Amino acid sequence: YIVTIRVKPDHSGVVTDGVKHSMNPFCEIAVEEAVKLKEKKFIKEVVAVSCGPTQVTETIRTALAMGCDRGIHVEVSGKDYEAMGPLQIAKIFAALAKKEEASLVILGKQAIDDDCNQTGQMTAALLDWPQGTFASEVTIDGEKVKVVREIDGGLETIKISMPAVLTADLRLNTPRYATLPNIMKAKKKKIANMKPADLGVDMVSRVEVLRVDEPPTRLAGVKVETVDDLVAKLKANGTI
Amino acid sequence: MFPASRYSIQAQRCIRALKTVQAEHAPPQHYTWRRNCSSAVMPRITSHYTIFPRDKDPRWEGVEMERFADEADVVIVGGGPAGLSAAIRLKQLAKEQEKELRVCLVEKASQIGAHTLSGACLEPSALNELFPDWKERGAPLNTPVTEDLFSILTEKYRIPVPMLPGLPMNNHGNYIVRLGHFVHWLGEQAEELGVEIYPGYAAAEVLFHEDGSVKGIATNDVGIAKDGSPKDVFERGMELHAKVTLFGEGCHGHLAKQLYRQFNLRENCEPQTYAIGLKELWVIDEKKWRPGRVEHSVGWPLNRNTYGGSFLYHLNEGEPLVALGFVVGLDYTNPYLSPFREFQRWKHHPFVAKTLEGGDRIAYGARALNEGGYQCLPKVTFPGGMLIGCSPGFMNVPKIKGTHTAMKSGMLAAEAIFPKVTAEDPASETAGLHIPEYEDNLKKSWIWKELYAVRNIRPSFHNYFGLYGGMVYTGVFYWILRGKEPWTLKHAGLDSAQLKPAKECTPIEYPKPDGKLSFDLLSSVALSGTNHEGDQPPHLTLKDDSIPVANNLAIYDGPEQRFCPAGVYEYVPLETGEGMRLQINAQNCVHCKTCDIKDPSQNINWVVPEGSGGPAYNGL
Repeated sequence: YIVTIRVKPDHSGVVTDGVKHSMNPFCEIAVEEAVKLKEKKFIKEVVAVSCGPTQVTETIRTALAMGCDRGIHVEVSGKDYEAMGPLQIAKIFAALAKKEEASLVILGKQAIDDDCNQTGQMTAALLDWPQGTFASEVTIDGEKVKVVREIDGGLETIKISMPAVLTADLRLNTPRYATLPNIMKAKKKKIANMKPADLGVDMVSRVEVLRVDEPPTRLAGVKVETVDDLVAKLKANGTI
Repeated sequence: MFPASRYSIQAQRCIRALKTVQAEHAPPQHYTWRRNCSSAVMPRITSHYTIFPRDKDPRWEGVEMERFADEADVVIVGGGPAGLSAAIRLKQLAKEQEKELRVCLVEKASQIGAHTLSGACLEPSALNELFPDWKERGAPLNTPVTEDLFSILTEKYRIPVPMLPGLPMNNHGNYIVRLGHFVHWLGEQAEELGVEIYPGYAAAEVLFHEDGSVKGIATNDVGIAKDGSPKDVFERGMELHAKVTLFGEGCHGHLAKQLYRQFNLRENCEPQTYAIGLKELWVIDEKKWRPGRVEHSVGWPLNRNTYGGSFLYHLNEGEPLVALGFVVGLDYTNPYLSPFREFQRWKHHPFVAKTLEGGDRIAYGARALNEGGYQCLPKVTFPGGMLIGCSPGFMNVPKIKGTHTAMKSGMLAAEAIFPKVTAEDPASETAGLHIPEYEDNLKKSWIWKELYAVRNIRPSFHNYFGLYGGMVYTGVFYWILRGKEPWTLKHAGLDSAQLKPAKECTPIEYPKPDGKLSFDLLSSVALSGTNHEGDQPPHLTLKDDSIPVANNLAIYDGPEQRFCPAGVYEYVPLETGEGMRLQINAQNCVHCKTCDIKDPSQNINWVVPEGSGGPAYNGL
């Protein structure tokens, strides 16, 4: 994920052409958890979903190589893709969860490009399902899920009934590597293709990005010798 | 251990002395030896399994080491111009003749083009042969060369040199390209033709049949911890078997290094000599932008006996972008020379600074390149495989172009392989096919003619007048006589043997980076986007952990801390006791291979790290 980000010359966003895209690290953890639950026989099938242009099929293949059974690629490209935000994605996931009759929707807690931390919560709200966010431990107990959540105060343990939405936090697990033989096998697994319109989702964004700028360069600090110096400098630049 | 003839007398004495001196008593007349070094406890640096085999390591007992294997017709190592051209040509032939062929290509970068770095002025000759309709297919050749300048720089002034037609540097008809984008486009063409491309998987091991021929390659293992022990997520790499394996790892490939020894491919050629190229991309002030302009210079800041020069190309891709860089021959003798800092210093020359003023640097990278040419070409075929591209080294040094010859070598390899690999009965003596027709095709092609004509230009620099002698030689023998002189000059020998001991040389005073035109090393490394999984054994392996301090630091003042363009090697004071130790910051590595080439002790062996690690170049 170490790429040098550049703001586009017209300040409408960042340059993404030619930049290597990969699976969001928290989503890798989510995929790993889903595959682990399947290996422990709590769930029968894992479906990997991604929304975006054709390149996202590579990311879906990685998920399939990690152990998912099939993939769904929701095609969003061009202007729709640039304007796509958590709300649109949440609507797509909610529609898919109902269509596929899912018992669990597992996502990463946030995407590291926008750091929104909204998609999981919005999906749960749209579906009116319980949510276990910032999960650092997930245990399935019959029809209920016990989730240990990482919160500012420490750890909170909750029990929610399925179907539910879970979002993965860093310490949930260590994702496995997608090995080459698995990538080769994943080429044979199916990835279904659909558009948001097929799910009855409108992609109109309620948010308009006005301008993107780089953070201002940090100015050098100045060391002062005495308190009087400090007061004088603060007065000089208008702070006091 | 070390071939005796390749090392200076002093180095030989040191190496012999090292084996006998265990305690602090060093014969003082031979080298400056810090008394406390050998008695202090050095933390272990190398933990890679190529140095410490796992079958003798108790931590690996019981770990499943079986590998999954798959068969292809042809396996290609390396997704650069040579590898991709070979793959494309194979699939084109298969389509023409309606035959089935499974071609698999493995590439260590996370995506095709991410480890590609070059100037670059592309001569479209090979591309015209591969895809005559490249323009319709959208190849990113957007900047035809319009202006060609050559200068000799002094500290303040510039002496223009006329770029007469017929001189090797003349660029009429060529295109300035961002090679990373071009390679990415080649990758897309290859995938469309059905080549199986696997980026993010490095070829870590060559596999052999029982009869000694090459069986294929194995990709890297993942999930080994920094100390060499297996992690929970440990997974063995995969084996890819093929009838023929093509090795297109680029300049100084690590598997090619093994193959040279295994099959004795270098017995009739000179040792390869190299240079390091550092490059930056800048967005400049629109008023200074001249799309299609090519500028080359020699001279300042290098002295006349250090081979090197600069390039500055104005690209035409929408925004006012220039690609600029500096090349330093790795046969330099002064261990205090830092190619990175020479590059940064060069940018302050008035002729260069006026283009860059007010601009922003957006990318940085570095890579070693071949300078040997004709004299250093090894045997390129062996049972079960062959070498293509910059790995054996087809670069035309005075033209500073190697992409067209690399592509052509890949195409010739494909044309030689195709009939053998699709034949009903391969009629081969060895299990892996030996196809010497490839070498014959090379010798009959324009690559050979081109390299032969320019073979004496680079070695002509080894005279008292250095650069100026070389330029006079080029003017007389190449421009007028077209390289037809009956003699072939020799290079100076192994690059690693050229360094003089530090006490015989003067340290170079480099100016501090000003943050506007010149920059410090670490911010440059950050721009390369390089990263590696932190918890893995350092891939810059040392055959002997004690040699860096004992030899490199003691005699040459640690040249690796200066020639590495990514700050991987640092000599830091020991935590307890006196003396220094070598710290290897493997995560910074940009895979340039300079350390493997220039290490005076030839103790550093670069091996491939976990796949998808390394730089993230975008169109460099």
